[in-house]
Amino acid sequence: MSPDLPLLFAERAGDYRAGIHHCTAAELREVLARLLSAASRVVIPPGLPQEWIDGLTVPLLLDGASPAGPAGSGAAAPITGLTAADLDAPGVSVLTGCAVAIAETGTIVLDAGAGQGRRLLTLVPDHHVCVVRDAQVVADVPDMITALPDPTRPLTMISGPSATSDIELNRVEGVHGPRRLDIVCVH
Amino acid sequence: MSRELPIVAGEAFAEAARRELGDAQLRANLGRATRTIRDKRARVVAEVPDWEALRDRAAAVKDDVIARLPKLLTQFEQAVTAAGATVHHARDAAQANAIVTELVRAEQADQVVKIKSMATQEIGLNEALEAAGITPIETDLAELIVQLADDTPSHILVPAIHYNRSQIRELFARRMPGFTAASDEPAVLAGAAREYLRRTFLAAKVAVCGANFAVAETGSLVIVESEGNGRMCLTLPETLIAVVGVEKLLPRFADLGDFLRLLPRSSTGERMNPYTSIFTGVTPGDGPRRLHVVLLDNGRTTVAQDPVGRAALRCIRCSACLNVCPVYERAGGHAYGSVYPGPIGAILSPQLTGQDAGFNRTLPYASTLCGACYDVCPVKINIPEILIHLRQTGPKPAAERAAMASLSWVMRDRRRWRLALRAARTGSAPLRALTRRRGGTLHRAPWPLSAWTRHRDAPLPAAETFRDWWRRTHES
Repeated sequence: MSPDLPLLFAERAGDYRAGIHHCTAAELREVLARLLSAASRVVIPPGLPQEWIDGLTVPLLLDGASPAGPAGSGAAAPITGLTAADLDAPGVSVLTGCAVAIAETGTIVLDAGAGQGRRLLTLVPDHHVCVVRDAQVVADVPDMITALPDPTRPLTMISGPSATSDIELNRVEGVHGPRRLDIVCVH
Repeated sequence: MSRELPIVAGEAFAEAARRELGDAQLRANLGRATRTIRDKRARVVAEVPDWEALRDRAAAVKDDVIARLPKLLTQFEQAVTAAGATVHHARDAAQANAIVTELVRAEQADQVVKIKSMATQEIGLNEALEAAGITPIETDLAELIVQLADDTPSHILVPAIHYNRSQIRELFARRMPGFTAASDEPAVLAGAAREYLRRTFLAAKVAVCGANFAVAETGSLVIVESEGNGRMCLTLPETLIAVVGVEKLLPRFADLGDFLRLLPRSSTGERMNPYTSIFTGVTPGDGPRRLHVVLLDNGRTTVAQDPVGRAALRCIRCSACLNVCPVYERAGGHAYGSVYPGPIGAILSPQLTGQDAGFNRTLPYASTLCGACYDVCPVKINIPEILIHLRQTGPKPAAERAAMASLSWVMRDRRRWRLALRAARTGSAPLRALTRRRGGTLHRAPWPLSAWTRHRDAPLPAAETFRDWWRRTHES
């Protein structure tokens, strides 16, 4: 892996007006706590590393159902499968990792694996925080395809917040998906 | 079904274009939109050093798909069925509409949410559902605008490009339940659509989508979008119905690597579109419980038989050819009378329906043959070549056939040809004198030559033929 790829990824993801945050593994806890401090609740998919959650001071919603990935790592038992209405409540944020990230296009790829959860979790809430580790960044789309552990899992490629240019070609961010996307790059 | 399909032109292209050209607002919007998108496209394409190699590979993959269509369809059907989906085959539009209607009825739903899909537009699915008492709700913002206005799309990628913001605000105020905003800012209008559609998404039981790609190897479907309305439709309702043209197949999952680099850059001029969903059958606990895939032929296997015309089936509906076409840029999408406008529409619509349908035989003439469409096509469809092919093989007016037959008789014999030229020269002498000041061209000729001069000037025969000039200057 070229050492430039994570930086290219961050630059290209920033082009889509996603929020880009750089930190070390040691600083991650603090960065996440800051990004999520204003949320009314934070949705947590099963299998998210415990140390990402430890610093959070807001109420958590732990989703129970994610058959594609291993179940939550012990401590907090899954509450229930959250409904779309739960996720649609005001001020809800969701915190996930990703399966792969693509440098050339600034894209994060979720495959419903551990720490990512069902597709709904990253769609209905208004704010998505995604953690990307350097080792997860590949050069381009063909490399992403090779890097996927199982292509038949439900895959979502995300390049910035949702957007439309349908009215006079004016770009408006945040139509149906999360209006804000924050990407935390852990170096 | 007596109604013509939405890919059959109801009037000759030249007549429709003449009317559309009178709309100054339309021309201004189109000019700005096509210029903006093609500049963006040029910038992101220039970033990719191996762009030409990508195009070559993609064209070869699609040609392989067209050549092995029956085999790949079987492979796709087996894979997606094994992943929990139900496959249906539709020979034509009527069959596809009947299948989808029946599936929606079986869920006892009286409305469906829809992802923008050219295939469902091609078969007139919305009209068929409405006739069956089912309300289809378009969830792409531009398609929603077009639907609320009871209008038809004018561009494949930005279907509502012929509306400006104040027209859209007025439309929302009239047709969108609960709309109260006073502002016509695009962000406010998009926000209103978000509120309106979110209630609809959360209550939806059935969604209908198309597919950008269908992978034979794995049975995966791929949906490329920007707004997130696609993801909503793909994950919230319990039943999902995908209407997929058979030419959407790709043999291998790895083929997506090239196609997902080509499509967004060619289409919206972005390195990547905001959301791409790839899903394989049904995943318990994540997304719909039931997936139906309706494989749509509707003329495609017939097109695949034509050794020249079949390259049109490579099309991935990016709309890059629309944005570079001097004819589309001025006449706009409605002039083509089909949901497939622009250069690709001019070769796709007449081939899918046969040139005898409506006025589709006039579409291959909606071009200057400049070739800009061929240059930008991500799957390298030689559109000018197919346009000429369709002109050659299409039905021609009786007058043109008679003229060509007599011309052929005259040109087969040197003596006849010389006499004819001389007669034309002598006969046109008075006209030449009359039109000398504007360069010896005719603006308006009497019938049947008026068919030619309605849309262009006709040059008059020269005062002296080349042969006469040569004899006069070299042989005397």
